[in-house]
Amino acid sequence: MRVPSLRAGLIWGALALAIAVPVALAMTSPFLAWRPVVYTAAGFAGIAAMGVLLVQPLLAAGLLPGLPLRPGRQVHRWLGLLLLGLVVAHVGGFWLTSAPDVIDALLFASPTPFSPWGVVAMWAVFAAAALALLRDRLQIAPRIWRLAHTALALVIVVGSVVHALLIEGTMEPWSKAALCLLALGALAKALLDLRVWLLLRRRNARERSRASG
Amino acid sequence: MTPNPSTRRDLLAHGLAGAALFAAAPALILPARAQGLAPTPTMRGGANNYLPGAPIVSRIGGGGFLMTGTVRRAGDGAPLSGIRIQIWAHTTEGREEDRHSHGATLTAADGSFRLDMPQIIPIFGQPHGHLAYEGAGFKTVFLRPIMASARDKTLSAHFVLEPA
Repeated sequence: MRVPSLRAGLIWGALALAIAVPVALAMTSPFLAWRPVVYTAAGFAGIAAMGVLLVQPLLAAGLLPGLPLRPGRQVHRWLGLLLLGLVVAHVGGFWLTSAPDVIDALLFASPTPFSPWGVVAMWAVFAAAALALLRDRLQIAPRIWRLAHTALALVIVVGSVVHALLIEGTMEPWSKAALCLLALGALAKALLDLRVWLLLRRRNARERSRASG
Repeated sequence: MTPNPSTRRDLLAHGLAGAALFAAAPALILPARAQGLAPTPTMRGGANNYLPGAPIVSRIGGGGFLMTGTVRRAGDGAPLSGIRIQIWAHTTEGREEDRHSHGATLTAADGSFRLDMPQIIPIFGQPHGHLAYEGAGFKTVFLRPIMASARDKTLSAHFVLEPA
């Protein structure tokens, strides 16, 4: 019993640090003194969303101690809703601070190279949420659901990571890079554990046999 | 570029020649083009939070940060004096849309301008300033230069204006 609980403590502790350290360092940014409260809140909503992106794949694959697949995915659903709220707060807060800059970003006409990555990730979050809400009503086949959700997760994580890394803002660069790398690593680990590529391979095999037969 | 290169060597040779021509193109085109200087295009996002008619000031707020630049005429590149340039940014003293973050200055005889303003702070992910030329003689141009580092104490932007 002792060894597993030590391991569990280490994993949860590392996860807490990976999220808390970037947030804490961002709170010490000198830029904060010169920013409107709404803008600051919008920025921290983005940082929190990056934290959620680190946790989500771990939950989806049942990799967190004490949260195996089934309860893990229940928490994953709630965190997905939280992510949706954080993205809305992130974009909405910036809109309140400077609407023209956000409109430029949403129309892919922004001078900032990080904006389109964030906007694409935002739409992917909306699509993932819509798909999750409509999954039962539209009776989406499990395989299609998994393929679509996995593809959207890839777009969300990769888009958000590039978005975050290109921004010069309140986040401390090294802790930001670490959080981004960990989020990518968590996604890769989950995809490998869940063997998502089998979804593609099976369809290809079926199509090939259909084509030949 | 070349119809159906038959060998890998052909492809490489033609490809390289093409690349060399492409690289040399700006040098070939520029002198040929109406005695030279092309007008500065408006930058994406340059006009965001623009407030027309900012007053001419000796300094925006408390100062401590220097915005500099030049204004020249398209074509012959002649320096333009007495041109009104409007400047605004997110600084230690206010947001871009705050009226007190805006100010204007006039270019000197050599076409240069400089305006003391508060320290620019990164906003929307990039430390940047905004400059505008809007007037009767030339076409309107909005610039949005980016600082190499958020710690920089100066930033410059250069206008080449096209007669209206």
